[in-house]
Amino acid sequence: MDLNYTPEQEAFRSEVRQFLQDNLPKDIRERVQKHLRPNKAMTERWQKILFDKGWGASTWPEEFGGPGWSPIEQLIFEEECALAGAPRQLDFGLRMVAPVIMTFGNDEQKERFLPGILSGEDWWCQGYSEPGSGSDLASLRTSAKLEGDHYVVNGQKTWTTLGQHADWIFCLVRTSNEGKPQQGISFLLIDMNNPGIEVRPIIMLDGEHEINEVYFDNVKVPAENLVGEENQGWTYAKFLLGHERTGLANVGQWKALMKRLKEVAREEQDGQRPLIENTRFRDRLAQLDAELRALELTVLRVLTDKRGPGPQASILKIRGTEIGQRLFEMLMEATGQDAIAHIPDALEPDYTGPRVGSRDATPAAGDYFNMRKLSIFGGSNEIQRNIIAQLVLGL
Amino acid sequence: MNFDLTEEQQMLNDSLRRFVTNEYDFDKRGQVIESGKGTDPVTWAALAEMGLLGFTFPEDYDGLGGNAIDTMVVMENFGRGLVVEPYLATVVLAGGLIRDQGTEAQKAEILPAIASGERLLAFAHSEAGARYNLSQVGTRAEADGDQYRISGAKTAVLSGGQAQQLIVSARTSGARGDEQGLSLFLVDTTAEGLTINDFATHDGHRTAEIQFSEVAVDASRLVGTLDHAFPAIEKAVDLGIAALCAEAVGAMEAMNATTLDYIKTRKQFGVAIGKFQVLQHRMADMFIQTEQAKSMAILAATEADSSQRIQRREALSMAKTLVGQAARYVAQEGVQLHGGMGVTEEMFAAHLFKRLTLINLLFGDADHHLAQVSDGLLAASA
Repeated sequence: MDLNYTPEQEAFRSEVRQFLQDNLPKDIRERVQKHLRPNKAMTERWQKILFDKGWGASTWPEEFGGPGWSPIEQLIFEEECALAGAPRQLDFGLRMVAPVIMTFGNDEQKERFLPGILSGEDWWCQGYSEPGSGSDLASLRTSAKLEGDHYVVNGQKTWTTLGQHADWIFCLVRTSNEGKPQQGISFLLIDMNNPGIEVRPIIMLDGEHEINEVYFDNVKVPAENLVGEENQGWTYAKFLLGHERTGLANVGQWKALMKRLKEVAREEQDGQRPLIENTRFRDRLAQLDAELRALELTVLRVLTDKRGPGPQASILKIRGTEIGQRLFEMLMEATGQDAIAHIPDALEPDYTGPRVGSRDATPAAGDYFNMRKLSIFGGSNEIQRNIIAQLVLGL
Repeated sequence: MNFDLTEEQQMLNDSLRRFVTNEYDFDKRGQVIESGKGTDPVTWAALAEMGLLGFTFPEDYDGLGGNAIDTMVVMENFGRGLVVEPYLATVVLAGGLIRDQGTEAQKAEILPAIASGERLLAFAHSEAGARYNLSQVGTRAEADGDQYRISGAKTAVLSGGQAQQLIVSARTSGARGDEQGLSLFLVDTTAEGLTINDFATHDGHRTAEIQFSEVAVDASRLVGTLDHAFPAIEKAVDLGIAALCAEAVGAMEAMNATTLDYIKTRKQFGVAIGKFQVLQHRMADMFIQTEQAKSMAILAATEADSSQRIQRREALSMAKTLVGQAARYVAQEGVQLHGGMGVTEEMFAAHLFKRLTLINLLFGDADHHLAQVSDGLLAASA
């Protein structure tokens, strides 16, 4: 048992840090660190830079063009990226659909889809939830009927993050109504440019357009876009959610945010003293700091477990999202009444107009509002508790 | 970076688990507590036989050269079976102090005697009103020729009534509250001027209140450096904290296991109560809390031996904070999920509850250690 990183891992960390210092564009870094509105061009530029270095997909094996890093190296990479102010890469392609294609897709699908995900040319979004199917995902009704060499898809997906930018959507569709609801689901890859697809924005409580509804009206999808076997989609969906959950702990990002929160607590004034000298605030900061340490160690325990992440990954989703939400809440509280003003234009980098309080105050409340999603998406935290109760505790 | 036990630690873990399961059941434990002796000679001899009493001592003194991670393995198993032997007092606290601070002669005299099981020691440090502040020592040791004379009173001396020797902290200079001016002395419990009141604790262990009235000790019984014992005291307490964190994790795992058994078999409204989602989610939260506490107990064990004070203190206080909070949560929920049975003396859960509650009160509760972490944040920002 040794919680120190090996000299090789430390050297790797230095290499990543140096690369970020030399290659992360200043305007992107500032945009991320000031919590300004992200845009597509920025994400694409950064993905291209990583791709050119051979680091486009930190979690991928070498066989598919990844760097073949160990779980610890992946974590170090994420942590350094977050600390340096690099934008988040897009999970939907890199960490969600790609592992499914690698594991269950055929060779043609691997050759066709993986390179575009890696280079960032193809943007993906997720078609899981439906208006009537949230936590009860298996009740989904969007149908796909095989007609000759095409499926014809009808129905509606919702909560589709970044669907307005996406080239492709991976969908769970119903191909059979026989047996249990889980048994008639298939995993289909659909080109967003198909006629019959309509994307409508859903404006979130922070006033931003991040998510969408996607409507399918007699959309023709080539049968070759079915991943794996028909009616086996539920297995692939669960596999994907397992991958998503491990990533949702988000330790690297939260550590960077904790570092920032401590700085903000030193910079914000509480009367004649810096906020950090306010014992009540600082005690809560200390509590959160300890919980973040516990999360980090628990993630490392799961990642180094030779048995691989099982249903225990649900702990990481629950604690990771709770801690993330708390961090954003405390950032808002740290800026106090300065956080009340809603100035959407100030979320653009070229904004030079008036603002209230420090730069940290501008996005603080909106970010806090936005982050309420964390405990709801990816299987709500209540669903995660069901998973622990049933699959870990056998209740 | 790895969380694996070594082969030896794995073997230790397996054999201790067998020992606790087979040789230390609920009835056996009850008999040991009932005896009022605070230790069971057969169990203690068996632990000596397994090499556990000297595990963390150097090989030159009949030890096995182990570290705080070995202690973690031991204490987790003790927590699982609620073993009430004076291991923390004798081996971890007093043994650790002699190992780290003792002269060659002291080590040669004491460590093999602990390792063989023939001698018990205790650490007499805390005083009334000190609460969890380690520098609040008013007991004085006055130099008198080649002797010291110790006067004062110590509280919460774990296993103090069973020990043959005490390691006593006393002020050789400075005032109560100063970190400077503290020294440690080795005192025989048969010494003249010593009054020991031995009490049972709620969780089956023993504690003592001890008065010193002009107790004479030879200058050769000074342990460590005169006037500069504070860092050694702090380090010993950190080793104790790490051990308690591990014990708490074992007890929490036992609480989860026994509660899970109960809610899977207890039927109400025609079904096992574990089928109710409201109980499932609480059980899931107990599991989450325990896993987090386990991560922190590991952190505590890997840092406890470190001489890098700031980093060690932060880790140990973070650990005791979260373990204390988790222990409280798991203990209370475990009893609640047992319903009326949970508040009876016949249920193992009730005894786990009591131990987990008292662990939070030893060497600083969650509030105390949160304040330590918090003050550390302030110091780091200065």
